[in-house]
Amino acid sequence: MTPPALFLGMAAGLLVLVTAYLYRLAAGPTVFDRLLGLSGFGTTTTLIFLLIGAVYERLDMFVDVSLAYALLMFIGSLAAARYFERGGAGR
Amino acid sequence: MLLVVLLAAAALFFHAVAALGVLRMPDFYTRLHAVAKAETLGVVLTAAALILSVGPSLLALKIGFVALFLFLANPTSTHAIGRAALRTGLRPWQREPVTGAPQGARDE
Repeated sequence: MTPPALFLGMAAGLLVLVTAYLYRLAAGPTVFDRLLGLSGFGTTTTLIFLLIGAVYERLDMFVDVSLAYALLMFIGSLAAARYFERGGAGR
Repeated sequence: MLLVVLLAAAALFFHAVAALGVLRMPDFYTRLHAVAKAETLGVVLTAAALILSVGPSLLALKIGFVALFLFLANPTSTHAIGRAALRTGLRPWQREPVTGAPQGARDE
């Protein structure tokens, strides 16, 4: 019912904004900045999945993909945070 | 229709605020603050726009479930990352650093 151009534009805007998280992932001064960039990247990408599904009129398929992606990102982020809390591989 | 456009615009605004905070904030804890709150609100607003667009159905319930999961998971993961940083001794940013003191732990 809503024209797909709205969701296409929003997905394009989020794709532009995701470069901020990618910059923080590549250039963050501490390892926790990189973790934060990965976490924000995962959340934004989940929303981009949903919006692309709305553009293609196949949201019933993309919503399962985005749910699995969000779960994987959450578990991975928690595991990485717990790993670096112990000091990582160096100590 | 108008409500969907308004919700999408608000969601994009809060996502832009979160991305700007990640780019421009001076240290790790302030960047964490920007992501934890602004992005969670952006997620909820985006999901609300999508739910209003598809109408009441099982699909809307699934989108709501994704939004609820992200609404719980995003603050949890940012809290875990922040706690890990605090326990490894990363010091918060100060406007006038003590002379001679390091600005914060850096990774190798």
